[in-house]
Amino acid sequence: MLLTITLADIIHSIDTWLNQTLSPNLALAAELVLGGLAIIGLVIVMAIVMVYAERKIAGFMQMRYGPNRVGKWGSLQAVADVLKLFMKECLTPKNADKLMFAIAPFLVTAVSFMTFAPMSFAPGVQFWDINIGVFYIASVSSLSVIGILMAGWASNNKYALLGAMRSGAQIVSYELSSGLSLITIVLMVGSLSVKDIIMSQGDLWWIFKGHIPAVVAFVVYIIASTAELNRAPFDLAEAEQELTAGFHTEYSGMQFAMFFLSEYCNLFVLSMLAATVFLGGWMPFHIPGLEVFNHLMDYIPGVVWFFGKTFAIIFLIMWFRWTFPRLRIDQLLKLEWKYLLPVSIVNMVIAAIITLMNWFL
Amino acid sequence: MKSIFNYYKSIFLALRSLWQGMKLTGYYFSHPKKMLVQPYPENRDTLVIPSRFKGNLTLIHDAENLHACTACGICEINCPNGTIKILSKMEEQEDGKKKKVLDKWVYHMGLCTFCGLCVDACPSDAIAFDNTFEHSAYKSTTLNKVLNNPGSKLKSTVK
Ligand code: SF4
Ligand code: SF4
Repeated sequence: MLLTITLADIIHSIDTWLNQTLSPNLALAAELVLGGLAIIGLVIVMAIVMVYAERKIAGFMQMRYGPNRVGKWGSLQAVADVLKLFMKECLTPKNADKLMFAIAPFLVTAVSFMTFAPMSFAPGVQFWDINIGVFYIASVSSLSVIGILMAGWASNNKYALLGAMRSGAQIVSYELSSGLSLITIVLMVGSLSVKDIIMSQGDLWWIFKGHIPAVVAFVVYIIASTAELNRAPFDLAEAEQELTAGFHTEYSGMQFAMFFLSEYCNLFVLSMLAATVFLGGWMPFHIPGLEVFNHLMDYIPGVVWFFGKTFAIIFLIMWFRWTFPRLRIDQLLKLEWKYLLPVSIVNMVIAAIITLMNWFL
Repeated sequence: MKSIFNYYKSIFLALRSLWQGMKLTGYYFSHPKKMLVQPYPENRDTLVIPSRFKGNLTLIHDAENLHACTACGICEINCPNGTIKILSKMEEQEDGKKKKVLDKWVYHMGLCTFCGLCVDACPSDAIAFDNTFEHSAYKSTTLNKVLNNPGSKLKSTVK
């Protein structure tokens, strides 16, 4: 049956075929290249899908149609935009720091690609099962602020510099509460490895199993990751009305497209992380005690579960963007330091007590 | 104690008001039928434009090709943008008297802001807006129009 062929089987058969035809080292090299291409393909396809979804969702929430001219229901609009960006010239401002200006978009994009390494997309489909997976993703994804600061500084433009500084302040402060809310779940699991976290949710997902602390941690994580992504209502870094476009004001053509790509890539990564940690990754929805229901759920492949949950969270974040007005910078910092951080610290302590007493569902 | 209570109350109130906003946009999202935007070229035949929409300025002609414009020029004076030029001529009447009548009612739509002051100012209600809106043109000169029909005359009821 088609349903019994999993993604892991396909990858395994490619692996054995490569090992039969090539020497082990060559096979490893080929697998690395294939893996990289797969990630790049996945990101580009997902970015196009997300850009289209974002514009459609924005349209529907504002009682208009969104793109509806290129292709059926405007489905080729994002492709057309990418082609347009390919055609455009990459301009560099006259007094810009040329080297840094050119490196910054690559740095931002490379960082967001790196975060894919410990992700587990389906049962047995994972590039690198490190024992500090969640920590790795959280730390690597916050490296992108360096690229943003570089872009803002090198542009030699006051708007770009202001945008970059705001973005730096924002990412550095919201990193704390998003980290603390991930730690809440890590405490309950007792491991930082992505695989262990998913395996521990076989009976129930943590958001149900972890009582109130897990729910609070989920809410805090969603808020903090929206802020880390520089998306509305926290898009001060590129507040159009005040800063034209923030740190990428001076970028055009493919350099701009790379910032755009990394923005959507980060959205994807943070949603995948939320789906993994709180909603069980590729683990199907199980209810302890209902055997028939659990077996039915098992028939849906893990990839579908994983991407379904990821897109649910992406939809939630897009929903925020098209509902809420932008915060001021002082409100933004107040929200983090006076509300999210204390709440997540208290939450973590409660989670620790629950874990010590073993009060899980 | 009170301040702690207020702290949690503010969190709760904030979450509630955020949820209210999300409920509204979620409602819009899940009810595409309520869309405000018209899918314009496709629904051109069924499109309903409100009658008070200020589309195209017209000089009203009745069935006998008579209009009510006395060529007084009040609309021309009232137009803030210099859109209107009333060109008049002297014409001999049946009783031998000479009288100023309308020659050309020139309207430069490219300058018009559709403010409606000319319509309000006209003492004999000779002009009005209809609700057509497809004004796009390749040349700006296409937008310069003469509003009175060829051969049209002043209504005898208008003094
Ligand atoms: S609508 Fe306003 S701008 Fe246009 S012709 Fe009349 S007075 Fe002038
Ligand atoms: S349109 Fe009205 S205001 Fe203008 S010249 Fe004719 S009668 Fe006078």
